[in-house]
Amino acid sequence: MSVKTDVLIVGAGPAGLASAIQLKKLGVQQVTVVDREPEPGGTPRLCHHTGFGVWDFHRLYSGPQYARRYAELARSLGVDIRTETTITGWDDENALTFTSPQGTGVLAASAILLATGVRERPRAARLIPGYRPRGVFTTGSLQRFVDEQHLPVGKRAVIVGAEGVSLSAFMTLTGAGLEVAAMLTDLPRHQMYFPYAPAKWWLMDVVHRTPIRTRVRVQRILGRKRVEGVEIRRLDDDGVEVIPCDAVVFTGDWIPENEVARKGGLEIAPGALGPRIDGQFRTSQPGVFAAGNLLRGAETAATSAMEGRFAAASINQYLQGKAWPRRRLPIQVAPPILWSLPNSISADGASGQRKHIAFRVARFINNATMQVFQGAKLLYEQRFSHLPPNETMYLSGAWLTQVDPDGPPPQIRLSG
Amino acid sequence: MQKIYDVAIIGAGAVGTAIARELSRYKLKIALVEAKSDVGMGTTKANTAIWHTGFDAKPGTLEAQLLRRSYALMESYAPEAGIPTERLGGLLVAWTEDQFQNLSNLLQRAHQNGVTDVRIISAEEVYRLEPGLNEGAWGGLFVPGESLICPFTLPIAFATQALLNGADLKLNFPVQGIQQEDGVSHVFGPGEQRVSARYLINAAGLYSDVIDHMLGHYDFTVTPRRGELIVYDKFARSLINHIILPVPTAITKGVLISPTVYGNILLGPTAEDLEDKTNTATSEAGLAMLLEKGRAILPQLMDEEVTATYAGLRAATEHKDYQIRLHGEQRYVCVGGIRSTGVSGAMGIAEYVADLLAEAGLSLAPKPEFKTIRMPNIGEATPRPYQRPDLIAQNPDYGRMVCHCEKVTMGEILDAIHSPLPARTLDGLRRRTRAMQGRCQGFNCQAHVVDILARETGQDPKFLLALDGREVQR
Ligand SMILES: Cc1cc2nc3c(=O)[nH]c(=O)nc-3n(C[C@H](O)[C@H](O)[C@H](O)COP(=O)(O)OP(=O)(O)OC[C@H]3O[C@@H](n4cnc5c(N)ncnc54)[C@H](O)[C@@H]3O)c2cc1C
Ligand SMILES: Cc1cc2nc3c(=O)[nH]c(=O)nc-3n(C[C@H](O)[C@H](O)[C@H](O)COP(=O)(O)OP(=O)(O)OC[C@H]3O[C@@H](n4cnc5c(N)ncnc54)[C@H](O)[C@@H]3O)c2cc1C
Repeated sequence: MSVKTDVLIVGAGPAGLASAIQLKKLGVQQVTVVDREPEPGGTPRLCHHTGFGVWDFHRLYSGPQYARRYAELARSLGVDIRTETTITGWDDENALTFTSPQGTGVLAASAILLATGVRERPRAARLIPGYRPRGVFTTGSLQRFVDEQHLPVGKRAVIVGAEGVSLSAFMTLTGAGLEVAAMLTDLPRHQMYFPYAPAKWWLMDVVHRTPIRTRVRVQRILGRKRVEGVEIRRLDDDGVEVIPCDAVVFTGDWIPENEVARKGGLEIAPGALGPRIDGQFRTSQPGVFAAGNLLRGAETAATSAMEGRFAAASINQYLQGKAWPRRRLPIQVAPPILWSLPNSISADGASGQRKHIAFRVARFINNATMQVFQGAKLLYEQRFSHLPPNETMYLSGAWLTQVDPDGPPPQIRLSG
Repeated sequence: MQKIYDVAIIGAGAVGTAIARELSRYKLKIALVEAKSDVGMGTTKANTAIWHTGFDAKPGTLEAQLLRRSYALMESYAPEAGIPTERLGGLLVAWTEDQFQNLSNLLQRAHQNGVTDVRIISAEEVYRLEPGLNEGAWGGLFVPGESLICPFTLPIAFATQALLNGADLKLNFPVQGIQQEDGVSHVFGPGEQRVSARYLINAAGLYSDVIDHMLGHYDFTVTPRRGELIVYDKFARSLINHIILPVPTAITKGVLISPTVYGNILLGPTAEDLEDKTNTATSEAGLAMLLEKGRAILPQLMDEEVTATYAGLRAATEHKDYQIRLHGEQRYVCVGGIRSTGVSGAMGIAEYVADLLAEAGLSLAPKPEFKTIRMPNIGEATPRPYQRPDLIAQNPDYGRMVCHCEKVTMGEILDAIHSPLPARTLDGLRRRTRAMQGRCQGFNCQAHVVDILARETGQDPKFLLALDGREVQR
């Protein structure tokens, strides 16, 4: 089975679908979106709580409503959506192999957009010792248990993490009738900024009645068959405590689903762990673009959708014959900066470059000065009164035009 | 009237299932008795999964002899039964001058053990074979026969074939007492559970000493020696081409880095003597030690994600050899102390045990037909169902992905649930299909798999999730 299309999009989440819709609006003939799941929509399909759509549809939707809205819009514009279709690898540089209930085959395209999303780093990958009892979840698996399969998850849960997605786990757990025994973070404060919660005040109140334990780390899972508790270490005095529970939810700590990207040999940006892209969502491989959470971990659905739309414009230019840049420079970041996006600058000038560089830091930092150097030359400096972790911040892209394409890779650092 | 078997085997690990299979080719009534709810749930499921040649075994020991024999048997059996293996070869790397000097002793030992294709190689050749290794190797010993094997499929294959050839499998039967009278052994479990047989075999792994005590013997004591391991992401697979072995010491084979037949990389095991025969938890110290070793051998491994961690317990004894003994007057064979090579040695052990039984008077008359089996392939070396348009054309469920990380399809999951030795638990399903054992550890598929298993087997999901009747203690 071999199919040829103009644009092939891998992943029917907000990024992939928003991009497909935009490509259609720009007049591209054949846009094919594949997803391994039985329904299109991506991660929001599983987030049964509200909080989606404000930025892109100016309405408040639940995750599944939002996912449906995108899928319907895409279909009505003639996007070819193929579900239960898993991309398994690359046939050549612009053709992917797939498996579906119809068989195996090759999907070739003039341009490919990867929008495969993220997963959360599970317990094992965090190297947390103990037995391997049932009752250990990530937010993603928890939501599939509760909302997709309607399975029991326990009575009393501990949430590891106290950031935006932890709030999502909190809502799912309380919705399923569980008591949340505690939320844990190794940072000195929680990082829940309540950006889109509708019943914000109610939620803040409930969360505030839940113990948020700061500066603690889970050092062991207790229980053999079923979780019986977590053993935590207080980072300030090395004290050890046990919190009894029958479920633990590990939230956040994102890893881009970069399997397809890596199999294709695309350059991966360290820190972000997604394909390295320039300001126009172009990866290291001609004709291959990337957008959405795949690039760097989870943002709001709207952010991913917006990236998908921007990527569509870039893809369309490429289809119209715009040359692929022959050279590009990586943008490097120094700790405690975790990643920047874009994370490279192409040599075809600053035209079309984004106005801002998104970045995240690993801890709370006050009165920070961000500096951009190319070699010894200071290109740019910007002050931030406050940089919170687990929240994306934006650095002006004013310096992008000053980068010497023949010089060393520019580096973003924190002064002092 | 209680049925009297010809042979009862206690323990359905690699060793017990191999014995059951070997005996099922003869006209015998066989019972395989296992404490757990499935075969292969003891040490057999938590090890480094290497099919050893036995090149470094102590010459003259029973272990050396049986490993050699087993290797030959497995060479024809594994492909026939569809047990995933990969003959990658082992590369022992000497990191110090002392270790390098020692290689010639190991070479000699290998020759004594009949493993003659082993050769010493220079540092340059080491790096040619394994460019990713850290600096500082003095040289190495290349052992072409060392291979990977799937320790999940192995006991299931043995047991399935035994069942097909008439053996009875008694699961959930923890043996608590044994009585022998009038030439019959009565094996008792909790409640009414009881199996009687004319010949008895003890293949109870970590508990082989306990069973031996029940029969009045005190020849050895099993000390559980824990080995912790880290499984790395499939993207680490391309970092090495062979099994990277350390130069062994008296106490342990040491920490190795090996690919798995599933396409991951293993780092481990540790070696730590414990008292608790059930302590298969990982520890902070153990994992930290492994990371340190791993970094020293293959620095790039540290850049890759960890997929899983686990621990297994070796049935170590005060002796340096397998503890296999025939007590002819009791018609009892003890097969204990199969410490760190039992996956590789199982077939050789089984054949040897059959000989011992014959010696004790059991008549071994071959059945007219010994039925063969073919297990579903869960290894990466040959095409998996999702890669096979022929299978998907017959049944679209083989193209319907359930576990995305390991590429396990609905067809395979249903097959495992409805096989002759069916998966009844999440772990049983995982060992038969690989579902949920990939990099997301069930982020995507666990709920779906629970739902399928509960539905297909009519079990309450609460039971599968160990949520039945258990209250959280405050
Ligand atoms: C628990 C949780 C709660 C959240 N809550 C909110 C919220 O309240 N509000 C909000 O705005 N955002 C929320 N988000 C974020 C939002 O869901 C994501 O930002 C958004 O879904 C990202 O879109 P995406 O298209 O990049 O990726 P995804 O939506 O993850 O889509 C990726 C798609 O790619 C498919 N795919 C991956 N690999 C392959 C392959 N090899 N072959 C075929 N298909 C493949 C996947 O099946 C998936 O459908 C939440 C996220 C999580 C995890
Ligand atoms: C860390 C580690 C790494 C290893 N690496 C390798 C390797 O690379 N290659 C290799 O060949 N070997 C390796 N081994 C050794 C190998 O795993 C063992 O030798 C082998 O699994 C032993 O099989 P078994 O059947 O004797 O024991 P088990 O698999 O433990 O089986 C014994 C069975 O007996 C049952 N049982 C116990 N008591 C009772 C009772 N009272 N009633 C009923 N049933 C009972 C148990 O439930 C269990 O299922 C390793 C071991 C460890 C721990």
